[in-house]
Amino acid sequence: MTARFLLAPATDTQITHLGRLWLYAFAALALVFLVAPTLLIIPMSFTGAGFLEFPPRSWSLRWYIAYLDSPEWRDATLVSLRAATLTMLLATPLGVAAAYGVLVVERRTARAIGAAISVPMMMPAVLIGIGLYLLYVPLGLNNTLAGLVLGHVALTLPYVTLLVLARMKSHDPRQELAAQSLGCTRLRAFLLVTLPQIRYAVIAAALLAFIFSFDEGVVSYFIATGTGATLPRRMFLSLQFGVDPTIAAISSLLMVLTILLVAAIQIIQSRGGPRRKA
Amino acid sequence: MTDDRNAAVHAREARHERARMLGLALPALAVIGAAVVVPILWVLYLSVLDVQGHFTLGNYLVLATEGANLSVIVTTLKVSLLVTVVSVVIGYPLTYLLAQLPPSLATICMLGILLPYMTSVLVRTYAWMVLLGRRGIVNTMLVWLGITDAPLQLMFNTTATVIGMVHVMVPLLALPLYATMRAIDHGFLRAAASLGAGPVATFWRVYFPLSLPGLSAGTFLIFVTSLGFFITPTVLGGGRVTMIGQQIATAIATYDGFGVATALGVGLLAATAILLGFAMRVLRLDLMRAP
Repeated sequence: MTARFLLAPATDTQITHLGRLWLYAFAALALVFLVAPTLLIIPMSFTGAGFLEFPPRSWSLRWYIAYLDSPEWRDATLVSLRAATLTMLLATPLGVAAAYGVLVVERRTARAIGAAISVPMMMPAVLIGIGLYLLYVPLGLNNTLAGLVLGHVALTLPYVTLLVLARMKSHDPRQELAAQSLGCTRLRAFLLVTLPQIRYAVIAAALLAFIFSFDEGVVSYFIATGTGATLPRRMFLSLQFGVDPTIAAISSLLMVLTILLVAAIQIIQSRGGPRRKA
Repeated sequence: MTDDRNAAVHAREARHERARMLGLALPALAVIGAAVVVPILWVLYLSVLDVQGHFTLGNYLVLATEGANLSVIVTTLKVSLLVTVVSVVIGYPLTYLLAQLPPSLATICMLGILLPYMTSVLVRTYAWMVLLGRRGIVNTMLVWLGITDAPLQLMFNTTATVIGMVHVMVPLLALPLYATMRAIDHGFLRAAASLGAGPVATFWRVYFPLSLPGLSAGTFLIFVTSLGFFITPTVLGGGRVTMIGQQIATAIATYDGFGVATALGVGLLAATAILLGFAMRVLRLDLMRAP
């Protein structure tokens, strides 16, 4: 059975599975390289020792308790949670509105707007970081939640807009015209007809905005210091002084959050895609 | 006559309607303008001012004459190039296989790319610190296997920096490449095979050229992202591999005034803009469709 599988052709050019074993092995190693390093952190974070080891010789929750007991880590987490929530709440409606605008206007204008909205995605975060920092100095916006959220909304807008736009493109705009011809205003037609149909893409975009802001460490490195420091910024500072096992606990929690959000986005996306014709 | 007037009214209505719809994109554009475009222009402006606020090109002179800054630029280009090459060597064969798997299996394997893609860069950098540290798993294994007697210094060098960055960049290549490869019509491969091309010739003369749009988009994204990368080289390079992002952060903290930091920033901006222009004009990349 195995032999028959190995000698069966695997490609259009009649290469057998046996002939591609090297490719399978290479791809498996590459996937291990991509996934294993971060996943290994999770068991290690439960060590009872004062340093990280694999596998841990004793198990405890001491590093999770250390994280929750530290006012600095708690404050940083709260700053990040607030910033991520506000970023999500602001970037999602702005992104949906922009996507709708891009879709309705004529092609050339749409391309120009699309290019302008992608700018934050193309520019190095370090450059945006020092720019915001230097601009915020005279404005007094450094280390404030407002300044941080403004930066994060701008950074997440391309992702939110492009995700929603991709979904809207497969939506039939004539449905809205029908609603309008029956007496709906354009806004009501959008809210009652289009929005329910693209809601999964909108939720996915909102989750993406949340996670992006929660994990963003470069711009916040420059503009969020002192009491305004975000969780990624504190982690970054701590990493420069060596391996603190508390970070293993925080990383594990962050990974669980990421896995949940990615799973949610995947499920939402697969349910929200355009209906395929049978 | 009435019809003409009617048509004119309709056309005007349609124009107004479009203008109003354009307004929907304005808030988003305003936020991006205020928090991205204006700050970058501000950096440009500050880069030509001296400490007293007079016009000067001295900051760029410092950049060109101080050996430290030149070596930072060389290091940045070297590391970015290495990261790009290694990422392609790992990412292309991986994506090539994933794109040929049955959809259900491919979805599971794609999680191996999506998960790291969505995981915080800080978490991933920390993971490599833990793996490559003196008491890390890699050193423990090496000693246990008897390959070395004492733990090796694996951190704080170019290798560690490149490994950490490749881990971040492979998904950036794999995502656009996967989309391109999935769209390749395998009828071309069968046609090539039926006309007598061997597997190697079919791959290089048919499959590879068809995968080029995704490959060039991914390669470009990796190189540009690497140029401005900050967190991973700062931590894993440990001060011994200084890339431009870290140099900008250091310059903000050390020099009087912001001249040198902003001049470095303008250098990074110029490199990014030139590459971006090249990608859109010559490679005809549609960056709006990149992930």
